[in-house]
Amino acid sequence: MKFFISLLAIAILSFIVGLYAPWWSIALVAFIISLCISQTPGSSFLSGFTGVFLLWLILALFINAANGGILANRIGGMLGIGQSPVLLAFITAVVGGLVAGFAALTASYLRKKIK
Amino acid sequence: MRLLPFCFSLLITILLIFVLNRPIGTKVPMPLGSFLSPQTGFWQNAEDTAFNYSLDILQADLKGNAKVYFDERLVPHVFAENDEDLYFIQGYLHAKFRLFQMDLQTKAAEGRASEIAGPVAINYDKEQRRLGMKFAAENTLHVVEQDAPTLARYSSYTKGVNAYINSLAEGTLPLEYKILNFKPEQWTNLRTMLLLKMMAKMLSSGTEHDLENTSLRAILTSEQFNLLYPQVPDSLHPIVPKGTTFPKPMHDYQLPENVDSAYFLNQRAVAARSQYPEDKDNGSNNWVVAGSKTASGVPILCNDPHLELSLPSIWYEMQLTTPESNVYGATLPGSPFVIIGFNDSIAWGVTNSQRDVKDYYIIKFKDNTKQEYWFNNAWKPAQQRIEEIRVKGQASVFDTVAYTIFGPVIYDGAYADTVTHQEALAVQWMAHHTGDDGGAFYKLNRAGNYNDYVSAIKDFECPGQNFVFASKSGDIAIWQQGKFPDRWQGQGQYIMPGQDSSYLWQGYIPQSENPHALNPERGFLESANQRPADGTYPYFIPGTYITPRANAIEHFLSNMSSISIQNMMELQNNNYNILASQMLPIFLSNTNEAALTPEARTYLNTIKRWDFDAGPNAVGQTIYQFWLDSLQRNIWSDELVKAATKVPVPEEQRLMELLKIDSTALGFVDNKNTPQVETLRDQVTASLNGAAAMLAQTEKEGKLEWALFKQPAIYHLLKNNLPSFARTNLSVGGAGSVINAIKKAMVQVGE
Repeated sequence: MKFFISLLAIAILSFIVGLYAPWWSIALVAFIISLCISQTPGSSFLSGFTGVFLLWLILALFINAANGGILANRIGGMLGIGQSPVLLAFITAVVGGLVAGFAALTASYLRKKIK
Repeated sequence: MRLLPFCFSLLITILLIFVLNRPIGTKVPMPLGSFLSPQTGFWQNAEDTAFNYSLDILQADLKGNAKVYFDERLVPHVFAENDEDLYFIQGYLHAKFRLFQMDLQTKAAEGRASEIAGPVAINYDKEQRRLGMKFAAENTLHVVEQDAPTLARYSSYTKGVNAYINSLAEGTLPLEYKILNFKPEQWTNLRTMLLLKMMAKMLSSGTEHDLENTSLRAILTSEQFNLLYPQVPDSLHPIVPKGTTFPKPMHDYQLPENVDSAYFLNQRAVAARSQYPEDKDNGSNNWVVAGSKTASGVPILCNDPHLELSLPSIWYEMQLTTPESNVYGATLPGSPFVIIGFNDSIAWGVTNSQRDVKDYYIIKFKDNTKQEYWFNNAWKPAQQRIEEIRVKGQASVFDTVAYTIFGPVIYDGAYADTVTHQEALAVQWMAHHTGDDGGAFYKLNRAGNYNDYVSAIKDFECPGQNFVFASKSGDIAIWQQGKFPDRWQGQGQYIMPGQDSSYLWQGYIPQSENPHALNPERGFLESANQRPADGTYPYFIPGTYITPRANAIEHFLSNMSSISIQNMMELQNNNYNILASQMLPIFLSNTNEAALTPEARTYLNTIKRWDFDAGPNAVGQTIYQFWLDSLQRNIWSDELVKAATKVPVPEEQRLMELLKIDSTALGFVDNKNTPQVETLRDQVTASLNGAAAMLAQTEKEGKLEWALFKQPAIYHLLKNNLPSFARTNLSVGGAGSVINAIKKAMVQVGE
């Protein structure tokens, strides 16, 4: 249960903060949430990773669907991953997920240490 | 003990953010974190295909009410109550759709490309600065600032651009800024002037051949030179119809005393040249037919500007309306007004005049400090501009540009590398000192008849343009308008001595004597970058004229009647290769079929059936091109290779004209490197054999059809840096000497 609350909190807060703050605010959000909600390091990482992974994946796929893949195809070509918007959305999500995941993991270790 | 994993995890997090927050080398110039983030990065630029481009301009920025309506092709129709609002909104819309283009073009014009592109652009920037681009823009701005209403129009436009720039947040930045990782800079009136100077450079810098001619004169006699590179082509159909009489000129120039010894007979090879030459085929077509030739009984005007096709286009289509004016057409992002278009009463279009308005002078500096130069028997101080070129990713580069009475010193020991034993060369260019050339378009946008049109364009100075005109009341007209030096015969054809005032431009051709025509008997007028008038025009007007397209247009228009708009649209895309239709009979009558290889014979049989249509599927056009290229190499390279530097071979048009009257082409047909004397028959036959071997290879690659061979492509402004944004392998016909002037894609070089 804690895992899902944490995941949802990270996803929703990341979205809201991301409207105003730079991209790396996802790390701050994941860090703070993970600090507040006690979990094992493993689930902390996973909740951070999955929260932002899903957020960025869904956002990217939504945008891409409305755009008909026009831009993602070209950016894919530019980045050398070919014309695959879904793959590009996946890579996008993994990058965001990793940053948030490690931030959450860091917080969970810190929490253990403070205790 | 959790300290170690904590530190480790913290380190990874920080490292990840660190790496993702900055560019990784030149391959990944953007910080990947913000670039990929769907909330700030490129995903934000992926607009909904059903996006509603409604405008959100703050009412506080406008004086009155204004409306913008986007039609189904996304062309904005602007309705404002006054000029200030009109040009504010034009600036705002240009920025909204073309900000990166405007920013890039004006930075490049100013010689600041290195700030975006890094060290690869340093030499490009040096050349822009040494050509005096900013100097020219500043001079024009100075004139603009003297007239309050004029200044107000440009300032409104500038405010509009900046209103859009100031509305941008990280996520809404245009895509290219995210890719290249920089921010747009505030717009200024100077930047509008820079944009107009960029057009002046594209169209009137490179239309001179002083440097190449100087090298050519070192290996050719003046008779040979004048026959190979003639001022008036034999097959010319001038813009102003033949038979037009010109008033007797009132020249008030004096030939320099030493003109033969110091100029005409004193030319040697010159190594200096532009490293970034403009495309000499930057031409265009325009024409107008009178009501007597149209089905509807009213004139039809056409214009097809052939500037480089790019994504986005150099043009932006708009309608601009106030209670006093209502104009529609092509605008130039970076500048207010409609440049090519029509209003309620008239229509107009432009093509480039191709006139030479740029001359070079040899400067003798006292010493390497470039502070003084020898002029009129004394050492005269040169003004110096210290140019700081800021470079992305490294320290600034400095360059000193000396300004003489002629203009800036463009080439000297410090630039370009090819200059070894030459003195410094100063450049005098018409674009350095002009008035408000943009004002001509403001007035054209509001012109109601022929007289308004003439008075609108009469102060337009550079780059010289062929303004074609039609009015609802039935007038058709054309003026070649610009400010042109009144040259003595031969002035500025080669590099000139720069040690006294005798070689300076001594005056200008009176504006009223610029070539023009109104309502000719034949019922049409056209221009396609050819020489404006025949040899009876009483001025020396060198230039880089292009003859064949105009000949094709004349050929068709003179035979057409009851013309519909559909007919005109088809003519714009016409693929008839008129020059090949004149050249190929010469080839065929000089082919020794017995000496052909089997594959050459096959291609010969194919081209014999060709109808001279350079359409996308034409095989004949490809064979012709290979055969022609091969023959041109065989005829010219043995002689022209003697020039110490690269020189232009005579035009295809000139070769055809020469071969019609002299099958030895002044003896150039013979290959000087062999003991025997080759005839035209030998050369034409050998060229086809040579071409056939290459054609066979091309055919094996499946590229014999013209469009497959020439591979027309339209690139993004960043060219090869963004190949996935290009549209390649377009199935379109045409060629440089064809009305539909889409030629073979050149190798694209990233800037």
